[in-house]
Amino acid sequence: MMDPDTGFFASESPAVREEMESLDLSDATAPSSLPFFVEPPSYADVVLKSTFEPQNAVTTPGSGSYPPRAAASDYLRIVVSDPETMQETSNSPVLGGTTYVTYPITTWVRAVGHGGPSVFCVQRRFRDVVTLAARLAEAYRGYFIPQRPDKSVVDGQVMQKHEFAEQRRWELEKYLRRLAEHPVIGRSDELRVFLQAQGKLPLPAATDVASRMLDGAVRLPKQLFGDAAAGRVAPEDVVQPAKEGRDLLRIFKELKQAVANDWGGVKPLVVEEDREFLERKEKMQVLEQQLCTASQQAEALVKAQQDIGETMGEMGLAFIKLTKFETEEAIFSSQKTLSADAKCVATAAVKASRLYRELNAQTVKHLDTLHEYLGVMLAVQSAFSDRTSALLTAQTLMTDLSTLHAKVEKLEVASSKIFGGDRSGLRKVEELNETIRVTEDAKSCALGEYERIKENNRNELERLDREKHDDFLSMLKGFLINQVEYSEKVAIAWAAVVEETCGYARESN
Amino acid sequence: MISPETSPPRSSSQSPRSPPAAPFLYISVTDPVKLGNGVQAYISYRVITRTNLPEFQGPEKIVIRRYSDFVWLHDRLAEKYKGIFIPPLPEKSAVEKFRFSTEFIEMRRQALDIFINRIASHPELKQSEDLRTFLQEDEETMERARSQETGIFKKPADLIQIFKDVQTKVSDVVLGKEKPVEETDPEYEKLKHYIFGLEDHLAETQKQAFRLVKRHRELGQSLSDFGKAMKLLGACEGNSLGKVFSELGAKSELLSIKLQKEAHNLLMNFEEPLKDYVRAVQSIKVTFADRANAFRQHCELAETTKLKEINLDKLNLMRSDKVREAEMEYRELKAESEQATRRFETIVRLMNEEIVRFQEQKTADMGLAFHQFAKGQAKLANDIADAWRSVLPKIEACSVSSHHG
Repeated sequence: MMDPDTGFFASESPAVREEMESLDLSDATAPSSLPFFVEPPSYADVVLKSTFEPQNAVTTPGSGSYPPRAAASDYLRIVVSDPETMQETSNSPVLGGTTYVTYPITTWVRAVGHGGPSVFCVQRRFRDVVTLAARLAEAYRGYFIPQRPDKSVVDGQVMQKHEFAEQRRWELEKYLRRLAEHPVIGRSDELRVFLQAQGKLPLPAATDVASRMLDGAVRLPKQLFGDAAAGRVAPEDVVQPAKEGRDLLRIFKELKQAVANDWGGVKPLVVEEDREFLERKEKMQVLEQQLCTASQQAEALVKAQQDIGETMGEMGLAFIKLTKFETEEAIFSSQKTLSADAKCVATAAVKASRLYRELNAQTVKHLDTLHEYLGVMLAVQSAFSDRTSALLTAQTLMTDLSTLHAKVEKLEVASSKIFGGDRSGLRKVEELNETIRVTEDAKSCALGEYERIKENNRNELERLDREKHDDFLSMLKGFLINQVEYSEKVAIAWAAVVEETCGYARESN
Repeated sequence: MISPETSPPRSSSQSPRSPPAAPFLYISVTDPVKLGNGVQAYISYRVITRTNLPEFQGPEKIVIRRYSDFVWLHDRLAEKYKGIFIPPLPEKSAVEKFRFSTEFIEMRRQALDIFINRIASHPELKQSEDLRTFLQEDEETMERARSQETGIFKKPADLIQIFKDVQTKVSDVVLGKEKPVEETDPEYEKLKHYIFGLEDHLAETQKQAFRLVKRHRELGQSLSDFGKAMKLLGACEGNSLGKVFSELGAKSELLSIKLQKEAHNLLMNFEEPLKDYVRAVQSIKVTFADRANAFRQHCELAETTKLKEINLDKLNLMRSDKVREAEMEYRELKAESEQATRRFETIVRLMNEEIVRFQEQKTADMGLAFHQFAKGQAKLANDIADAWRSVLPKIEACSVSSHHG
């Protein structure tokens, strides 16, 4: 992932972090070195900090023994800035006009040859993002395409209004970075155009291809040959999945086919791979379930850690007040002793509270991987359903073909019985054969598409396995190391109090 | 001195060359047992006394007591030893269903043990006959004594007195009389101010400590759930990575148990001592009220005596035949007044000693509570570090290049 500070893809520098730690705990030496009255730590920012880490979200990829995978991309850095409000330019003199929101997006592209990286600045509306996502979904079927904002798993958190804009900005940035990291999509024209083309986004908002889809095998040749008013349609367009609302008939046909398939009907493409695929699919579903649970529990764990840190801090404050009180009102030396002891406890409690808070911020970053992979599961589902619908299309066409062949056969038999030939019959047969030829082409296309998608699935699954393994390992390692680190520090803080108050233990024995 | 569960020296036989044994009185409150049925159910405790003091019936005595027996003892002592800070009792439970929970019973048992031992270590209170009755008499005698008290139970009398005081105050104000008589000793004022302030501060720390106990339990619960989720995720992954998840999950569940333990430790050894001192401070406030009463009586009687004296002189001058009677009345009143003054002065003297004792005890008890708290937290943190650290070797074993798990 990108490090926004350095602008380069790099794993977190351990040296920097250590420095931060040592700075924070320079007062770890003696309790008395703290100011007498410690300002109450502000806990308001804990919630914000621990729900998401906008600028500093860096998931460290692996233990560093292989190059960070993002470094392969040509996009060195993508930054989404705070949203701006624009006036809608309209011809009608509508009072007050409408406004819309755009996000300024800045991209640094790797230099070709000499010279520094090129920088591009564009303004994009959220619906441009929707368009981009739609175009990618069409063009890259079978790939695990990162989910765009608003489609990812919904956070259970209750958000304030001013946090919503920040959340969306951050999600947008994450989305674009993920796209850039993808080995195939990162090189796509769609992404390039989105990030670099000035002015309005030059991608079609919706494709009308599917709406012209066939209405029975007969119409197809006419359309394919540009007969219909709808215009020319290439065989490849056949392979686009049927879109709701426009392809009711095609959907219906494919549904029939699906039902036929499921009920033990014709399965022309039974390959053992299918079984393997189904197994894989099931495994993915189970994984998704477990990830969901794990993500929820991770959230609960983070909250519990936060709560205990907060309460520890508040208790520390109560002890500070007690200390102050006893000192001010001290008549007996025993009071002064108690005051010193209470201060000792207070110091440790406040320190522990701060440590919990820091630990939590780190924990959130690490366990966020679980959440991220939930999003990936959605992409996998999409890719698998691409495959299924491609298969369905191919099977539908094959069924069409067999229907057509059957028709031809029937006609030929009927024709042969008519004495002197059957002109109209022969013409029909000719038409049907033409349809068959066209349908054969479409079938080839569809099968080709299916194979392509299968291949994409396969490659992506391999990539997923690799990356998931490394990301999970990295997550666990990071989580564990953090916990160990901070727990040790907390132990040290309390050990000081144990030492100071050990006299009382001996007394009571 | 707190000695909740420490056992006294076992050997009763002494070697001839050892010096005469120091006087000791060890009491422990143990073995809570639920007795009775339904609404009338209650908890009984075994009270074991071990002593070499001659005033007691023998070296060891075991009796069965219930909470209301402790209340009887407390109230008797409060009646007889005005000026002394009577050790506080744990509260009666308000919530019915909580009354027999294990935790509540344990908390109460500990508090009662501390209560009785404080009495046993107080120079004055330990000599009380009521204490001996409590520690030695059989259950029937105890019950009789207890029900006798209910008849002439202090509480209603207390209420009437409080009511009278309020009435007096109100009528004084209404009638435009001067403020009711109160001490004006600046040091005493300072003490009162201190005690009221202390109550607030202690209550606040106790509240936070209680919340901290809850947080520990919540963290424990979430670790348990998290651990289970990690194990399930591990089952999906398989092989070396799966093992890491499993191990992490197992450690997470282990830590959950440790957290629950620490929560209990926090409750008994940190939160309860704080609560105990909140009660102790409230007990001091009762002594303030006693002192105020004694002061008022002393003032009123002194005033009344003076008036009587003036009246007597007048009668003397007039050579009235009522002189004899008046003189007798005057002498009685004077004796009463002197008694009231003595009572007041005793309370003042006792309080001065008590406050020193209180502060020393407080420092010691709080110090120990702090120590237990810090010890528990340090151990917990170390346990957490150890548990998580033990999983790291498995991660190293899971090398990056082997990703076909």
